[in-house]
Amino acid sequence: MTDAHSIRITVNGTEHELAVEPRRTLADVLRHDLAYTGTHLGCEHGICGACTVLVDGLPARSCLMFGVQADGRSVETVEALGTPEELGPLQQAFTDHHGLQCGFCTPGFLMLITAFLRETPSPTDEEIREVVASNLCRCTGYQGILRAVRAAADDGAGS
Amino acid sequence: MPDATGGPAMVTGTVPVVGTPPGTAPAGRWIGQPVRRVEDRYLLTGRGRFVGDFEPPGTLHLALVRSYVASAAIEAIDASAALSLPGVAAVITAAELAGVAPLRGVLARPEFVATDMPILAADRVRHVGEPIAAVLAESAYLAEDAAELVEVSYGELPAVASAGEALAPGAAAVHEAAPGNVLVDVSPMSTPGLDGIFASAAHVVQVAVSTGRITAAPLEGRVCVAAFDERTGQVVLQTSTQVPHTVRTAVALSLGMDEHQVRVISPDVGGGFGQKCVVAREEVLAAAVARLLRRTVKWVEDRREGLTSGFQAREQFYRLRGAFDADGRMLGLDADIRCDVGAYSCYPVTCGVEVLMAANELPGPYRVQSYRVRSRGVATNKTPIAPYRGVSRPQAVLAMERLMDAAGRVTGLGAVEVRDRNLIDATEFPYRNVMGACYDAGTYRESLARCAELLGFSDWPAVQASAWAEGRLVGLGLACFVEPTAYGTASFGMRKMTIVPGYERATVRMDPSGSVIVMTGTHSHGQGHATTYAQIAADALGIDPGRIRLRQGDTELVPHGWGTFASRSIVAGGGAIARASADLAGQLREIAAHMLEAAPADLELVDGMAQVRGDPATSVPIAELARTAHHAAHLLPDGLGRGLEATASFDPEGTFSNATHGAVVEVSPSTGGVRLVRYVVVEDCGVMINPMIVDGQVAGGVAQGIGAALFEELCFDETGQPVSGSFVDYLVPTAADLPEFEIHHLCTPTPRTPTGSKGMGEGGTIGAPAAVLNAVNDALAQVGACVERIPIRPADVIAAIAAATSSDPPGDGKEAK
Repeated sequence: MTDAHSIRITVNGTEHELAVEPRRTLADVLRHDLAYTGTHLGCEHGICGACTVLVDGLPARSCLMFGVQADGRSVETVEALGTPEELGPLQQAFTDHHGLQCGFCTPGFLMLITAFLRETPSPTDEEIREVVASNLCRCTGYQGILRAVRAAADDGAGS
Repeated sequence: MPDATGGPAMVTGTVPVVGTPPGTAPAGRWIGQPVRRVEDRYLLTGRGRFVGDFEPPGTLHLALVRSYVASAAIEAIDASAALSLPGVAAVITAAELAGVAPLRGVLARPEFVATDMPILAADRVRHVGEPIAAVLAESAYLAEDAAELVEVSYGELPAVASAGEALAPGAAAVHEAAPGNVLVDVSPMSTPGLDGIFASAAHVVQVAVSTGRITAAPLEGRVCVAAFDERTGQVVLQTSTQVPHTVRTAVALSLGMDEHQVRVISPDVGGGFGQKCVVAREEVLAAAVARLLRRTVKWVEDRREGLTSGFQAREQFYRLRGAFDADGRMLGLDADIRCDVGAYSCYPVTCGVEVLMAANELPGPYRVQSYRVRSRGVATNKTPIAPYRGVSRPQAVLAMERLMDAAGRVTGLGAVEVRDRNLIDATEFPYRNVMGACYDAGTYRESLARCAELLGFSDWPAVQASAWAEGRLVGLGLACFVEPTAYGTASFGMRKMTIVPGYERATVRMDPSGSVIVMTGTHSHGQGHATTYAQIAADALGIDPGRIRLRQGDTELVPHGWGTFASRSIVAGGGAIARASADLAGQLREIAAHMLEAAPADLELVDGMAQVRGDPATSVPIAELARTAHHAAHLLPDGLGRGLEATASFDPEGTFSNATHGAVVEVSPSTGGVRLVRYVVVEDCGVMINPMIVDGQVAGGVAQGIGAALFEELCFDETGQPVSGSFVDYLVPTAADLPEFEIHHLCTPTPRTPTGSKGMGEGGTIGAPAAVLNAVNDALAQVGACVERIPIRPADVIAAIAAATSSDPPGDGKEAK
């Protein structure tokens, strides 16, 4: 149970080698072993999506993945999308359209939508609503999030 | 849109100003602007700091052993297997916490039975999820493993799983101190002669409405990191709370320490909605264990714990009767209210919080002259309740608005006209209502008229009929309400709580470079106070809000205050900041007057300069005043400069926002599903400091209200076992469940605050359940069906339709005589 496995994962372009228990979630590896605390845990059963990160470019609930499953793979977290001094285009759209309040669910939405816009650079409003419905936000009623995604898509954030 | 770093001030939107009472501040250069939030940049980039992010080396992880039965005697606890696991440091039970006092929320009034909430259950458990033992281990995984190895022997006792059961003769007592399970029983108003009014009234209508148990479910659950600082002798508790100072008080009382020996730090908070405005046992526990073991202790609530053991809310029942004259004017209101408060009383607001608010605020925006009410809080073997956004107002408004719809039908006036005839008119403000509350001013009738117009109410019958001709059941529902916000000490004092919140205090300090730190005891958890408070101070000080920073959430750093709840922050905290900023601005003008050889009264602070009014060339930069006040104070006469700081407090009289909400729904007769087609809000919170943030608060509130109306319910089985322990069972609305909200504003500045602003954080949640239920029933009325319970489950809709006959519509509100 406590036998550590050695894994190698690339997070936001930086390679990390570490030993983890097989049952340790990717979320805990990111947050507590590697200090990427921008990834948050809201339910730990795969519904809320606050912990969404990109694994080899695809959104994944990091609460439902073990760290060992990320061995040899490339992970993107919210820390890669921009800096406070220079927000990425999706982050900029979120602040322009009040797409966040407490900010706890926000990293998960940003990662989910980043992957979505890469795949669907010119989405319809219905497609946006459907993808935003993958995650939970308790503060905004999604109004600002939906507007932010629309604006980001219109500004070419996905291309 | 201007941002906080500059740009011209812009006029926002089209906000009609209905009236500006004398003495209110006009909107300023920054007040009223949709300034982008300063919080966003770090939150959007993953640089926020939430309590769960902290995990210093050597941290012990705390996992709880919780009761899995609703009512039992604890016969034995065997922790030996858990303690034998390598890496387990300790198992703490009530025995190890001897000397740690329980939480005791008290209302000093005879209708209230005080009960203790133990930090860990000693010999008795009263609800599933009650904490019994704390396991401390080197990792969170190990702590959970070990918690499962702790064996608790229960002697099961009868459980009462509903208020109805709890009130039945011979029901088991949840607390020995309350044999009939009534913990609070108030009748705060009984107008003489009410029965006569009802006997002679032209119309008497009645409704009976119930609301399911729900919970705030902030995305960040509760979480604590506690440590003992040997240098200062302090317990340092980091916790996700709305009320840092109140947590400090509770911890100090429980642990028998002076308040200065407890430091509470709350960094970013991932939502609270009221659930974190009371003190949780786990917060006291973490502090007590850290002191006992002299180790850093971390507890992170998981979602199952949150949904089963975190504070819950709003399981209520209302029976209302309304007497109306032939013209549809309400003559009297008679109410019986019951709240299922669960097994314990929360600290500090107690299990009376819903009970009292329901009784006191039921009359709402209507001219209710005669009123009789009884409101009871009933103990059950379920998780304790605490405030959740709006507390009892969503349910009270639901009941009143069902009554108004019934009156509209019975009188033939319809939903708008009957409300309009009973809403308090603008000419009547300030209006003292039947309970003694004094409403400042608002747009009660105007918001109704505007909402009805936006929804096309006058054309609605035709729209509805043509939809029905196509086999579609559509409905329109309205809800009018007043939102009492920012109670001050006078209002809270009347509740007879043993600690009386209400005021707020702020320090505004300019540093030698001319930047400003604002410190106050409110605690933003999504409301954007770092932005709005900066807007308030910026207007007073004539500097850019980008040069103003908020410090909050650390009892060591900020003045004593009461935190963020009850829509109080922009009124109480903002009021204190406005006053302190005005004081500091006066100091700056005096220093400038000395340097410019002008009179202080002739000086204004604008765009970073202190300048003579009408002669902007005679000026000095505010940054130079700040430098001089600190670094060249010898140039100033004694009493000027030598620091630049002001502190002020504000204890509000209470402000009253108002709104009308309107919903259009489509009900599927085959599935029982309800789809929201439109949702319109017309609200009036006085001066909006930041209209973007106001809209965000409204939208978030409406979403939670819709969740309560359609989706969310914490269910229990007949033994008190919770069966909604995950987000698969407890349905928080998603983006697919909600329409685009149409939010409109009216503006009646209040004379009761320095900024003209009223509190508004809860309004969205308050109106939505009533608007949605009324809309669903407007749709169902076409097939003679009616639902009087939320959440409106598809099965309820199907059952109502099946039970209905068009010749005898159930629940038409007419009292059988």
